[in-house]
Amino acid sequence: MKYKSVFDIIGPVMVGPSSSHTAGAARIGRVARKLFGKQPTKAEITFYGSFAKTYKGHGSDVATVAGILDFDTDDLRLKDSLQIAKDLGMEIEIRTSELLTEHPNTSRICLSEGDATVEVVGVSIGGGKIEIIEINGFDFQLSFHAPTLMVLHRDRFGMIAAVAKVLTAHQINVGLMEVSRLVKGADALMAIEVDSPLSAEVLEEIRQIPHIKEVSLLSFS
Amino acid sequence: MFRNVAELVELAEKKGQKISQVMIEAEIEVSGRTREAIMEEMYRNLDVMEKAVRRGLTEDIRSHSGLTGGDAKKLQQYMQEKPFLSGPTLLNAVSMAIAVNEVNAAMGTIVATPTAGACGIVPGTLFAISDKLQPTREQMVDYLFTAGAIGFCIANNAFISGAAGGCQAEVGSATAMAAAAIVEMAGGTPEESSQAVAIALKNMLGLVCDPVAGLVEVPCVKRNAMGAAIATVAADMAMAGIRSVIPTDEVIEAMYRIGCTMPTTLKETAQGGLAATQTGRMIEAKVFGVPLK
Repeated sequence: MKYKSVFDIIGPVMVGPSSSHTAGAARIGRVARKLFGKQPTKAEITFYGSFAKTYKGHGSDVATVAGILDFDTDDLRLKDSLQIAKDLGMEIEIRTSELLTEHPNTSRICLSEGDATVEVVGVSIGGGKIEIIEINGFDFQLSFHAPTLMVLHRDRFGMIAAVAKVLTAHQINVGLMEVSRLVKGADALMAIEVDSPLSAEVLEEIRQIPHIKEVSLLSFS
Repeated sequence: MFRNVAELVELAEKKGQKISQVMIEAEIEVSGRTREAIMEEMYRNLDVMEKAVRRGLTEDIRSHSGLTGGDAKKLQQYMQEKPFLSGPTLLNAVSMAIAVNEVNAAMGTIVATPTAGACGIVPGTLFAISDKLQPTREQMVDYLFTAGAIGFCIANNAFISGAAGGCQAEVGSATAMAAAAIVEMAGGTPEESSQAVAIALKNMLGLVCDPVAGLVEVPCVKRNAMGAAIATVAADMAMAGIRSVIPTDEVIEAMYRIGCTMPTTLKETAQGGLAATQTGRMIEAKVFGVPLK
């Protein structure tokens, strides 16, 4: 079941006019921002399907940039995001694509500052709910409705067990887990939805595991 | 957790509970949150809805494009001055649904129920029916849980967005959700709520999503108005004992199949229907300052 909570249906509280094209678009932008971990200097946004056809009318561009600025769906600054981003010196490029995507409301967001980049593909499935289907080329199906631990590591045996061991030691329950890799033996990305927030110490402990390159925790509540 | 409306009604009947209570208990179970936290979040949603209704009825709301705003007030004015034909509760529901949707179009703060495009129907009917039945604040929150339970079933078995399934999925879902909640608030049974869902949704089947210039304004505001009217009448019909020949979950399934076969020009792409009329195209050109295609 895609929808798990009554608040997916009665909610979110948001600035209008469209839950999929405004609130959902903003949430995809915010996931990209959280994954990037800081304010980018450049944001490249590509809209597909219904997003591409109607983004101006729905303010999907304004909303996506608001998300990239780390604003929530009910943040009244959402309307002024383009000006705020400009004042902060963020360069923004908006493109539309005729490419057919599986879901009608799809956006691709590339955030960068110098050599650091993150690229996210998200779909807005309705009522403000989103799914992230690609992160830096890794395929996923994540909603980020719970705190999610992201671990970039070398594709070696025992990596999942090593991370799970740390979580077990701290009595942290896992709700959902996905691992994705581009090529066998190269880099792989783990996404782990957890039931309780993780402390900085737990994150550091995971970071110390051999072959782990990056660890971050995404939480939106 | 219930997976469809039949299971929801069965659970409610077995436990001797209202649909709202079944939804609250399912939410506690699935989310692991406390009852207090869940109730508090829904009270907050109720407060946001109330503010949006009040804003739409009292302030001069105008959208950025200038296409919508002011109709909620117009209808209230008419009700005070003229011997209107349909009942006061019905027209109140309609004007309050318009009010919330006008606030949404003007980029005001609303609660998506289940979406922003359909955000007028659930609060519009809630506050109008409440004027008549004078429920407690807790009963008003229960209304939202009942509406949420039905939306939950529709979202997981079909869709709730115009881009995925057309307006039948969006305004249609909201109308069905409101119909079930009205029945419960008026003292009807869970089975009568289910019947109200079927009756309401049947009358939304095939409705396309064709927003002029891609804006959530035309025809969205007026469809929210009529959604509120259909929800109210469907609730009355169900409580009169009228039954849908096609079972509720099959109506939802029909909505899903219709949405799947609907062309993309009619699914929130602003390429067909009202958006493609001569006037629709002229508005589009004017709003975005581009020459006519």
